[in-house]
Parts: sequence; C-alpha cells; structure tokens
Amino acid sequence: MKERTLRGKTAIAGVGETTYYKHGQAPASEFQLALEAILTACADAGVDPRHVDGFASYSNDRNDPSRIAAGLGLPALRFSNMQWGGGGGGGSAAVANAAAAVAGGIADCVVVFRALAQGQFQRFGAAPPVATVSGEPALTFPYGLISPAQRFAMRVMRFMHDHDIRPEAQRAIALASYHHAQANPRAVMHGRPLTAEAYDASRWIVEPFRLFDCCMENDGAAAVVVVSAERARDLRPKPAYLLGAAQGSEYRNAARGHNAPLYATSSFTTVAPQLYEMAGVSAEDVDVVQSYENFTGGVLMSLVEHGFFTADEANDFLVVDNLLAPQGRLPLNTSGGNLAECYMHGLELVIEAVRQLRGDSTSPVPDAEVSMVISGPMVTPVSSLILGGEATL
Amino acid sequence: MATGASYLPAGLPAPVPEPDGLDRPYWEGTRRGELLVQRCERCQTWQWGPEWICHACLSSSVGWTRVDPHGTIYSWERVWHPVHPALEEHGPYLVVLVELPHAGGIRMLGNLLGDPRQVVTIGAHVEAVFEPHDDAKVPFTLVHWRTTP
Repeated sequence: MKERTLRGKTAIAGVGETTYYKHGQAPASEFQLALEAILTACADAGVDPRHVDGFASYSNDRNDPSRIAAGLGLPALRFSNMQWGGGGGGGSAAVANAAAAVAGGIADCVVVFRALAQGQFQRFGAAPPVATVSGEPALTFPYGLISPAQRFAMRVMRFMHDHDIRPEAQRAIALASYHHAQANPRAVMHGRPLTAEAYDASRWIVEPFRLFDCCMENDGAAAVVVVSAERARDLRPKPAYLLGAAQGSEYRNAARGHNAPLYATSSFTTVAPQLYEMAGVSAEDVDVVQSYENFTGGVLMSLVEHGFFTADEANDFLVVDNLLAPQGRLPLNTSGGNLAECYMHGLELVIEAVRQLRGDSTSPVPDAEVSMVISGPMVTPVSSLILGGEATL
Repeated sequence: MATGASYLPAGLPAPVPEPDGLDRPYWEGTRRGELLVQRCERCQTWQWGPEWICHACLSSSVGWTRVDPHGTIYSWERVWHPVHPALEEHGPYLVVLVELPHAGGIRMLGNLLGDPRQVVTIGAHVEAVFEPHDDAKVPFTLVHWRTTP
C-alpha cells in the first residue's frame, strides 16, 4: 500500500440543518427532523437525494439508515456506519468514516447526520430511571457521580490544579461562543448576550463548571454531504476538502473507575499528532477552530492538546479578544457552538467549519483556508478533523 | 447503619455485582469492611477497576488483594445541581478520587465525608469509611473517605 491518507480525496459539498429548538420544543418528530436536514444538505450540495448511497452517524443515533433510505426512496444503500461512543466524541470521526467509504470506493455520496429531539426521549443531563446499577456505574452512581458534567469535572479540576489555570480561562471560552451567537440568527441564544458579570454570578452545576460552562440540550438535526473531491468541484463553488482526520484515545483512557493513567486530558494527546500528520499542516496554519463544548474545560484541554498553546500559557491565551472573529489570534466557535448556537452533538460545528471556508459564516474569518473541528473532548473515542480550501491541496 | 444515616439521601441507584461475577469479590469485601482490588498473580501489577485479564502481561490469573484503605486526594468535585430526584433540595455534596500510592497508584471513588462546603485539597490524606446499607433489597456497602490529620 503506497499511500495511506485521506488528504484531499474527498470534500464536504453540502451542509444543512433544521431550525434549532430548545429541548422539547421541536414541532416535528426526531425522524422528520433528520429527513429535513438531509434534504436540505442535498439541496445545498446540488445533489439529487436519490443519488445518496450511504449514511454515517455517531452516538447511537436513533434514526436507522435503512428506514431513511426507504423514506427517501434510494435505489440502493451501499454504506451505513455507526461510530462507537457517546456524546459528541464521534462527530469528526463520522465524517472521516464517510470520507473513507468514498475514497475507498465503497460508496459515492455519503450523508453524515445527527438528529436529536430531547423532549421525545431521555435527556442527557438527567439520571436514567433505574433502581440498581452494576459495573462501572456501580462505582459512581451511588456516590451521586452520574451526569456527564459530574463525570468529567474531576478531569478538568485536576488539569486546572496541575497548571494553575484560573476560572477566567473557562469564562473566556463561554463568552466567545455567546459573542458569536449574537451574529447568528440560527443560534438558540441569538439575542441573549452573556456578560462576564452574568457568567460570574451564574450558579454552580458542579465545580469547576458554572451554568455557562455547560452545553445546552436542544432539538433539531444537521447533515453534511461527503463526495469525492472531483465530484465536489462539479457541484458547487468552494468545496471544503478533508485534509485530515483522526480518532481514538490514549493508553488505557477508559480504565474503569477513573483509572486512566493520564487522567487530566481531553484524550487528544495521541489523536492530534495523527491529525496534523495526515493534514500536512501545523497548529500555526489553522485559521479558525470549532471546538466541541460539552464543558468549557474540555475545550481548554482540547486546544492545549492540539498545540495552540501550552497548558501553562492558558491563562494568558484564553482571553476573549484572542478568540473572536474576525481578528482574534484563534477565532473559536464562530457560530456559537454547543453553548449558544445549538447542541447538535457537534455536527453544527462541522457545518460552521465548512461555512468559514466558503466565506458565509455569520462571523467570518477573512480568507480562511484551514478550518478545524474538534469533537467531544474526554468522550472517547474522541475525534478531530481539518478542512481546507482549494489553495491547501 | 440505617439508610437515613447515609451521606447521601436514600433513593439513588443501588450497586449490585455484575452478573458475570467480575466484581463480586470487591462488593463482598466491602460488606466485611475490607477493600479488595485486583493484583496480577503473574507480574504483580495492580489493577482497578476490575477486568478479566491483567493489562500489563495479559495473564488471566488476576487475583484479589486486600489493600490498606488509606490514600491521597487525586481530584475532587463539589456537586450543586441535582440530576436525580433523590438529590432534589439536598444541597451540595463532595465526590473525591483517591489515589492509593501503596497499591500501584490505583484510584478509587467515593464521597468525602464532613462539611460539604469544606476546602478540599488535592494531595490531602484520607482514609476509607465503610457505609453499610443493610436494609437494601440486596444489601451493599459503600466506601467513602474522610480526611486524616
């Protein structure tokens, strides 16, 4: 095998999303939302939905590809793929899986989608209604260590302790997302700006996370269309080429009962170097980053592990001005992200990364050519990807 | 200890051993007031949580060893927002991750007893406190921690 890379072989040709709703407020079923996002993404790409021949998703999405294929009347389904893992860890990996199928000749046009209607199913942030637990949860639930925020707070607490990171570093990440959401009419928090004072006054969820350090829970759906680079050029201007993608976790990260040898990590320490190697770029080349906010502390560790600054530089780097489009040193979460646009398990971040390359973000970074997505810190397997414009090929 | 004297209110999910028996020695040990963890009989590597083989040498001869129930706080969190009905109106509580340096640095979870608003210090010395729930349908014992001088 002479060349083992996805670099430049595929592109995201279309993106689409439904209206984003507060959780429980979607007027349609989750399956309807999924179909709407898929059709919108196909229209954006200029692809006949009947030419879709594959689906990829993650986080145990409930909307079965066979039913979708039947619903869309697809002549043939050639690829269906579910990325293991919960939360948003698989967001970038699902795109990479689609790209691998296209590059490897398994399918020609794969839609990556995620649909969530929290009101119709169990909420992520609430304890499941069970009387007994066994295995890993037996070591945690009886101590009130149940929700994702509770599960990950101690990793962030240890990281902040090790590196003397101040609460203001997390605050800057929250403020940047809310700032960008004010320019984005799609954002659930559009028209609801956040001030430093309101952040500081907000209640604790679990220390070190305040309310505004935690993602929303929302209803909606999002989708992107992955095709070969050649096909993408014929479809519409400015394809977002996949330069690189990586997924995984480091040594024994999921050892039970919080026994990861490297505990204070977003789990990108082995993934990020693979990403850069495939993409053929370095952190200094990245123009804009969408970094999954389950919790702001996860963003903080992700940015460190992707090499944008060291942990010991975090207090100095993570100030709001550095994180804002258009002129900040590292424009971050320019649609508002999971905190303020929509918690679509991070697929909205992939869409925003594409819009930055097209120049049609609501908070554009001028002449962006290298656009990164970081998915689901701490929620292994984690994943990240880099998209590039024509000039990067 | 009656349920009412537990650190957290009654009604949280109760732990039961895994059906495959993997962690049964641990839960049986807690009933006797003992802390048992895995240690490889071939290469002596400590292992927690329990698994079927040793992660270091892949031997399936993973035995159980009683460990001194003392350690140091590796990380902690103070929970304010209740995510379970049993915790509504309860107020904050503390969860700690405790490192056992004398057992290969394995870590164990639990609540930190005492004032839930106390200052918690990473590196502080703690000892295990066993909290039996004898009235549960399947009786069990939780392992908490409290700081030592």
